[in-house]
Amino acid sequence: MQSLDLENKDIYKLRLYVAGASPNSVKAISNIKNICETHLKDRYELEIIDIHQQPSIAQKEQIIALPLLIKKSPLPVRQFVGDMSDTAQVLRGFGI
Amino acid sequence: MTINKLTKTPTGINGLDEITGGGLPAGRPTLVCGSAGCGKTLMAVEFIVKGAIDYNEPGVFMAFEEKSEELAVNVSSLGFDLQKLEAEKKIKIDHVHIERSEIEETGEYDLDGLFIRLAHAIDSIGAKRVVLDTIENLFSGLSNESILRAELRRLFQWLKEKGVTAIITGERGEKTLTRQGLEEYVSDCVILLDHRVSNHISTRLMRIIKYRGSVHGTNEYPFLIDEKGFSVLPVTSLKLEGDVSSERLTTGVPSLDKMLGGKGFYKGSSILVSGTAGTGKTSIAATFANESCNRNERCIYFAFEESPKQIIRNMHSIGMDLDKHISSGLLKFQASRPTLHGLEMHLVSIHKLVKDFKPAVVILDPITNLITVGSVSEIKAMLIRLIDFLQHEQITVMFTALSLNNITNEQTDEGVSSLVDTWLLVRDIEYNGERNRGMYIMKSRGMQHSNQVREFIITDNGLNLVDVYLGSDGVLVGSAREAQILQEQAGTALKDHSLTWKDKEISRKRRVLESKIARLQTEFESVEEELNRVHQEEAVKKEILERARKDITNMRSGDGNDK
Repeated sequence: MQSLDLENKDIYKLRLYVAGASPNSVKAISNIKNICETHLKDRYELEIIDIHQQPSIAQKEQIIALPLLIKKSPLPVRQFVGDMSDTAQVLRGFGI
Repeated sequence: MTINKLTKTPTGINGLDEITGGGLPAGRPTLVCGSAGCGKTLMAVEFIVKGAIDYNEPGVFMAFEEKSEELAVNVSSLGFDLQKLEAEKKIKIDHVHIERSEIEETGEYDLDGLFIRLAHAIDSIGAKRVVLDTIENLFSGLSNESILRAELRRLFQWLKEKGVTAIITGERGEKTLTRQGLEEYVSDCVILLDHRVSNHISTRLMRIIKYRGSVHGTNEYPFLIDEKGFSVLPVTSLKLEGDVSSERLTTGVPSLDKMLGGKGFYKGSSILVSGTAGTGKTSIAATFANESCNRNERCIYFAFEESPKQIIRNMHSIGMDLDKHISSGLLKFQASRPTLHGLEMHLVSIHKLVKDFKPAVVILDPITNLITVGSVSEIKAMLIRLIDFLQHEQITVMFTALSLNNITNEQTDEGVSSLVDTWLLVRDIEYNGERNRGMYIMKSRGMQHSNQVREFIITDNGLNLVDVYLGSDGVLVGSAREAQILQEQAGTALKDHSLTWKDKEISRKRRVLESKIARLQTEFESVEEELNRVHQEEAVKKEILERARKDITNMRSGDGNDK
């Protein structure tokens, strides 16, 4: 529990790249919001970016598969692709 | 949409457009597959670069393997300046980097990122051409194969809708053309590149496996990657319909011209010079090369045995200066060991050089050495194609070939004798303890030619042919011929001598007879004079007597009056 407390202090900076309103994107947005609300209440920043709006980001960020979630902090940086329906996998990646 | 014929996008790659009958299917994806290091990426880069430079079609190169900087460095050796083209917005290179360890998969996903990225790249420069090199790398980055497959299918469909001509490269698999079976999705045109090593010699080969809606060459075509890029040799045009010329080219040896109907070889014909070792084949070839340069025509000399310097030095010894032709740019030596690369590669490089240099005469010296890199039938096939190509270009070609045995000269090892138009045979004639060279024309299509064996002499001033002597012991050559000439000269001198002697004798006799005649004449004159004198004396005597008688009569009649 001690370690969990330590981590709890960290703010999770998350960035989710989606492609417009594709089914996977919509699912991913709702899933990640769910996960965050349930497990990271009040200690996360979620930024959602629509690649369709800013296609040049795709090249810069080496984006291929979507939806893509990047956990910028706490370190290490991790990437997740998919509609975030595998909650256990996401949490494992978050280190929770 | 339309019932028009399939439109094609020219690749600009040497030879490929000929094989495909105009290029790759326009607006459709083409799969280029092959094992590692067979030139897939290079072909794709050339497709993009040529498109941007020569056809004004911008292109997007999406690299899944190499970083764009690496790629730029790798192809700069071919003279492609990718960075400059990219700055001019003629091409766009996008390096796609995927690292499996960095990515966790959490459910359903798609490749929309790739689509958007590609669409953005295409739209930003108005690309007409797209290369995806090697898209299969996605499979190493992402694990959900069923998603990937579905997405790839969608991608190719999407590319078609975009109307871009695309090349997708794929690594060759164990049993399939590509590891991931991409050929299932890209079904319009599939090109297979191969890199084969046999007998330690590598040959690159290309084959079009399928080309929907178009005729195409089905053979394996050799191709070459050199400092100027990719070139494929379309070598199946065996239709025998090349133009012919009745123009004649002198051989450089006047006496040989005389044997060939007085004019020499036909322009655009193929000539084989075969003979045993040291019979002067190279000298004949070099003389022919020299002669064509003297006529101000270009000539390429492919030397497979000697280095150019060696040939130049050796030809100096027979009074030929090839240096000046090299410096004037008329003569080009291309010396390489046959083992440098495979037979097909030789053909491709010859093809390429001929296209670049545009010579009137090509010499291959000797073709026999090619046997080290291919079987007899392969060499024959290669030479057929070479002759075919050169004839089509109206280039005269001379091959030299070494016959390995002295007994039968009826067939060269390469079996090309039936292909060539003119076949000169140089052979040793061993007689009287010396070896001499004899030359004859085995065949020469379409012209009067001598059926005689001539002695072939290499002198300080070049080559010459002299008549051989047919003596009682057979053909006389070399010193025996010289002896025969001397003997004949001696005979003539003797004959001349005796002739003058006889003449003198006759004139002397005549003089004797003439003096005799003169003496008789004078004798006759004196006799005649004598006779005349007697005659006159008698006439005078008669007159005196007559007068005396008259006087006496007169006297008597005076006395006789009394009677």
